[in-house]
Amino acid sequence: MSTIATSDRPSLLAGIRSSGAYHKLLAFSGLIVLLVVFSLASPNFLQTANVLAILQATSVNGVLAIAATIVIITGGIDLSVGTLMTFCAVIAGVLLTNNGMPLPVGVLGAILAGTVSGLISGTIVAKLKVPPFIATLGMMLILKGLSLVISGTKPIYFNNTPGFTQIAQGSLIGSVIPALPVPNGVLILFLVAIVISFVLSKTALGRYTFALGSNEEAVRLSGVNVDRWKIGVYALAGSVVGIAGLLIASRLNSAQPALGQGYELDAIAAVVIGGTSLSGGRGTVLGTLIGALIISVLANGLRILSVAQEWQTVVTGLIIILAVFADILRRRKL
Amino acid sequence: MIPLVSMTGIDKSFPGVRALKGAQFELLSGEVHALMGENGAGKSTLMKILSGVYSADTGQILVDGKPATISGPREAQALGISIIHQELALMRDLTAAQNIFIGREPRRGFLLDEAALNRDAEAIFRSMNLALDPRVPVESLTIAKQQMVEIAKALSYRSRVLIMDEPTAALNDAEINELFTIIERLKAEGVGIVYISHKMDELKRIADRVTVMRDGEYVGTVPAALTPIETIIQMMVGRTLSNETAVVPDTAAAPVALEVRGLSRGREIRDVSFAVRKGEILGFAGLMGAGRTEVARAIFGADPLEAGEILVDGTKVTIRSPQDAVRAGIGYLSEDRKHFGLATGMDVRNNIALASLRRFTGAAGVLRDGAMRQTAQGFIKQLAIKTPSDTQEARLLSGGNQQKVVIAKWLLRDCPILIFDEPTRGIDIGAKSEIYKLLNALAAQGRAIIVISSELPEVLRLSHRIAVMCEGRLTGFLPAGAPQQDIMRLATLRPSAVETSEPNRKAAS
Repeated sequence: MSTIATSDRPSLLAGIRSSGAYHKLLAFSGLIVLLVVFSLASPNFLQTANVLAILQATSVNGVLAIAATIVIITGGIDLSVGTLMTFCAVIAGVLLTNNGMPLPVGVLGAILAGTVSGLISGTIVAKLKVPPFIATLGMMLILKGLSLVISGTKPIYFNNTPGFTQIAQGSLIGSVIPALPVPNGVLILFLVAIVISFVLSKTALGRYTFALGSNEEAVRLSGVNVDRWKIGVYALAGSVVGIAGLLIASRLNSAQPALGQGYELDAIAAVVIGGTSLSGGRGTVLGTLIGALIISVLANGLRILSVAQEWQTVVTGLIIILAVFADILRRRKL
Repeated sequence: MIPLVSMTGIDKSFPGVRALKGAQFELLSGEVHALMGENGAGKSTLMKILSGVYSADTGQILVDGKPATISGPREAQALGISIIHQELALMRDLTAAQNIFIGREPRRGFLLDEAALNRDAEAIFRSMNLALDPRVPVESLTIAKQQMVEIAKALSYRSRVLIMDEPTAALNDAEINELFTIIERLKAEGVGIVYISHKMDELKRIADRVTVMRDGEYVGTVPAALTPIETIIQMMVGRTLSNETAVVPDTAAAPVALEVRGLSRGREIRDVSFAVRKGEILGFAGLMGAGRTEVARAIFGADPLEAGEILVDGTKVTIRSPQDAVRAGIGYLSEDRKHFGLATGMDVRNNIALASLRRFTGAAGVLRDGAMRQTAQGFIKQLAIKTPSDTQEARLLSGGNQQKVVIAKWLLRDCPILIFDEPTRGIDIGAKSEIYKLLNALAAQGRAIIVISSELPEVLRLSHRIAVMCEGRLTGFLPAGAPQQDIMRLATLRPSAVETSEPNRKAAS
């Protein structure tokens, strides 16, 4: 009994795997290196305005990537997060602009649209046994088409709902502390991160998220209703995507039905850089957040250094491969 | 006394196999009932039916004398039946405590109560006299410790029926003693325990009764203490010995084709040495997990070795990859054709040519299809492969003909040493004898053949000499036609025989 640990503190890091923590350290030090390099290269980089711009630019991809993380931890994948985000934005536009509903209805409508879509994806995966890659690829195209149909292929502007732009662009913090005008979009990103971290580490849904990715058959043999929890995971991810839809619509003051495809790849990139394993069972929201920040810091820093956008994309690609290779190297040493 | 569990007339078929034919089993409260039989006798299938993993095609299950429908693991648990699976069913990324209570996490309202979870797990570990931190991720534990976590999980259900499928496979002697102490305690509490094991010495130590199965059928139930191990082995093997035994050619003068000395890797392969002569068929017998496939894969360079040397035609060779092995003239036909032996989506012609494409590559790097066709058609005729043409997809052939395609592939590669791992698994009886004829013909041509088989009649029918393994060690060689009992004895000859295993010791000396 000598090896039984004495401390009984409910660790804040309960949901974090030891190796996940290592990878996050790696991603975190990568982020620090980038920050140091760019701030040395350009005095403008660490200006408050620029830092806030980086954070604001991270908010949409960050929230999407958190949604993607939840599904990826189960060993699945959700390719529909990009076009679902647009679909949710279009739903908000239809409710607020086309039907003149009050703001809260639009907000709830967008999140509900995301949840329902997640329920459908989850049901296709769990009940019809369609592989997640295919199920969500289908959903990606369905949602892309539906967005165009519902909106009549034209952008929907939120000019009649003046509070709408405040969702992402206003600053609650700034109204209290004028020196710190953190946009609401950034605040929402961090709130989502905290809530989802909590759900993953402290609730049954979170426990089964990791358990499914670790050994689905073992969970089934333990008498757990695997299908129900799996559908729950996709629904939770869908509702988070709904929040991303509100954020992007608020920043653009419009729902752009043609936008969205391609966002899922940035989101998955952030997840992977953040150390979440695509084979499931391990991953953290904090890691994903760092991954999303790395992508935006790179984009911002390279732009300040006047590196062409094309090269930014090349560098992001290299970083993804490097991040995963570093993880493989670590495993080989164990 | 009403039995805790009574199963009668249980039938179960899987595609192509009748796994159980009218099987029966009875378990009393407070007894340890051992379930024995050779590989494939249907023990695990029967217990998976009792624990809700499979459902029976026909048959009746009574729990406490009342008919029970067990349609899933959850229903089994509700009836107080739990199983410790042979292949560990753990979630590697979760902690020990999280694994034990999966699906039954203590909660405080909406939230998981992690402190209570760890406390409860710790209490179970303490009752097992096990020093293990419940917060440790399962993947960082040794296999033995993982096995103990599985046992703790089963105990946590407070089950009345506990099924253990080869629970000691990965445990050392001290751990086995701990397990047996736990079993004794559960028994005293009135729990009925089903104990599936291949290890004869363990039987005598803990079992009250023994039920033997063979080929999916019930053979009989005997008291463990009064029944000699020889009798149990006799029941397992049956009297239906194959009439045909191998015709052993005199290969004593033939040169040695392959010799291995002191092969070792961890617990899986322990100091294995043997030699095969040209024209000889050396059979490898043993129970599942005895290390036979591991030895074959190590010789073939598919897995690394810690120690030992390999000699081909008397010359030492270095084999670090399958490529090296093939270059040295060694071919390996995996037990899992579909995964490792065949490109099932490709046609017969390409499968045969796959290992020898260089020979069919023309000057400009283009494959010479005509030559490939001719070769493939030659083999189809020579080995009597039943296929409409050489462009038929391999997956559409029967198991026996698929195996012939794999054999053709290695013949084309012209390997003088061929290792066959379970060459007739999943092949029907008629096709089996064709494969046997083919193996004999290959040996007659002067090739050295190693056959690994879990079916004793097959080993006896084919082998000119029989090597038996148990727990990574080569426990002995037997001549062709040796009695099955002798093979079984060597196959269960554990290095750490405990005090009650007298008969085994005698066999060893």
